[in-house]
Amino acid sequence: MTEALFNQAITKWMEGTGQESTYVISSRVRLARNLQGMPFPHALSTPLANDLVQQVKTAVVDDNDTTTEPLYFIDLKKIAPLDRGILVDKHLISPQHAEEADGRGLLISADESIAILINEEDHLRVQSLLPGLQLDAAWQRASSVDDRLEAKLDFAFNERLGYLTACPTNVGTGLRASVMMHLPALVLTNQASRQLNSLAQLGMTVRGLHGEGSEATGHLFQISNQVTLGRSEEEIISNLAVVTRQLIDQERLARHMLQKETQMQLEDRIFRAYGLLTSARILSSQEAMSQLSYVRMGVDLGLIPDVAPAVLNEMLVLTRPAFLQKAAGREMNPLERDIQRATLMRARLLQGKHTNTHTGGCCHHHEE
Amino acid sequence: MYCDECKKKPAAVHITQIINGEKSERNLCEDCARLTHKELSMAFDDNFPINKFLAGLLGYETPTADAALNLAFGEPEKCENCGVTYQQISQIGRLGCDQCYEHFHDKVEQLLRRVQGSARHTGKVPQRTGGAIRRQREIQGLRAQLQRLVAKEEFEAAAKVRDQIRELEKVVEMPSGE
Repeated sequence: MTEALFNQAITKWMEGTGQESTYVISSRVRLARNLQGMPFPHALSTPLANDLVQQVKTAVVDDNDTTTEPLYFIDLKKIAPLDRGILVDKHLISPQHAEEADGRGLLISADESIAILINEEDHLRVQSLLPGLQLDAAWQRASSVDDRLEAKLDFAFNERLGYLTACPTNVGTGLRASVMMHLPALVLTNQASRQLNSLAQLGMTVRGLHGEGSEATGHLFQISNQVTLGRSEEEIISNLAVVTRQLIDQERLARHMLQKETQMQLEDRIFRAYGLLTSARILSSQEAMSQLSYVRMGVDLGLIPDVAPAVLNEMLVLTRPAFLQKAAGREMNPLERDIQRATLMRARLLQGKHTNTHTGGCCHHHEE
Repeated sequence: MYCDECKKKPAAVHITQIINGEKSERNLCEDCARLTHKELSMAFDDNFPINKFLAGLLGYETPTADAALNLAFGEPEKCENCGVTYQQISQIGRLGCDQCYEHFHDKVEQLLRRVQGSARHTGKVPQRTGGAIRRQREIQGLRAQLQRLVAKEEFEAAAKVRDQIRELEKVVEMPSGE
């Protein structure tokens, strides 16, 4: 299990399945929980933090309960920094969680769709990550893992304020729900910033994929709820789902308009991107991300038939520095990484082509 | 419009300075602005932590103002459980432990109204530790139902709901074996 965790880029959220997977790459629900009477992680001594890690591990791993999904324990200080980088690249842990490994832990399910981060900003962060638009399912799964933990551990809960968290912005439900969306047509038609800014008024936060502000690399945006108190989990989830569906409609409309009004320019841009990614010998991370976005749109619009959506998701992670170095088995300087990235990109994008020539078609390789 | 400094990149920052009544305007790209106006660097920090904003909302404005307060009120208040002071909380934008919420109750509640727009949880209640709260919520729901039934003059159904409420209230009054 741990081998696949660190060696394979592909993980549950990248499957390219789930509802609306053209526009919504993944859905995530995160619950913040803390133990009664214990200082929050930022104020916790390392020995106490390590005790807490053990206590949580005992509660869900060593209970030998066969009716629940098995969770595997990863001691973050025992794994190499590069492997921690891989967990970050796969969106399984936060960069903060990888930085200071002592006194921190991770519990993870075999398909990597459930993760419990121990001693991040809060004692426990239960995370459920699924492909496509599946916020309800993600909330149900996170909630049942939460119940499992609560059966053994005393949570800090207050009748008026709900679940108590280190940062007051998480108090109440402790729930942060988010979707990762691919919105290239909204960006190309200059509608993205207006549409996304108006979300702030609805209590939603928008970020680029790697948190680089509004200028999102690869036209990937993360949309999440801001408010965690005063609304039920179901309300928060359904508000986000409604907003997501509206954005999908807008993106669909914008794509339709681009195809209708500027068909040739659009195709040109897509095929240039495909040509670049299948030919380049040196490829920066930034360039890879932005060109992948056009290739993805080309695949969605049926212009590029030989690339599976899952491959595009996988490339988002596989071309990150930690993965490139892991695959090469050594540390690399930026130029070496850019060369390795280009090699990998060509191989993966052209791989589909060969498989399809062998199987003789391209129409049935997606499972519906 | 291009940057006044390097004349290569587009200007993204527009700075108006008034020194001794003299107004000057400069248009810079992000990089040049970062270099020439260090005091603005905070605005470009991609990882500008939300904690700093929170610290502002928590009432931690300037160290001098805070020091003056401490002089006036003597020793700062500490949370009995974790020993964190309110000054520390407002500096880092995080509480020390769950007890801090009780200890600094008034200030925290004021903050929550500002950042969350509300200070009342209406979501999930933990199964085990939240038993009493769960029952109270259930009673509230049943009371509302009872009123509706009485209004509709469905007394038979109303009597059943009333009995249910009584049963639940018995459990609520009994806990912790006192």
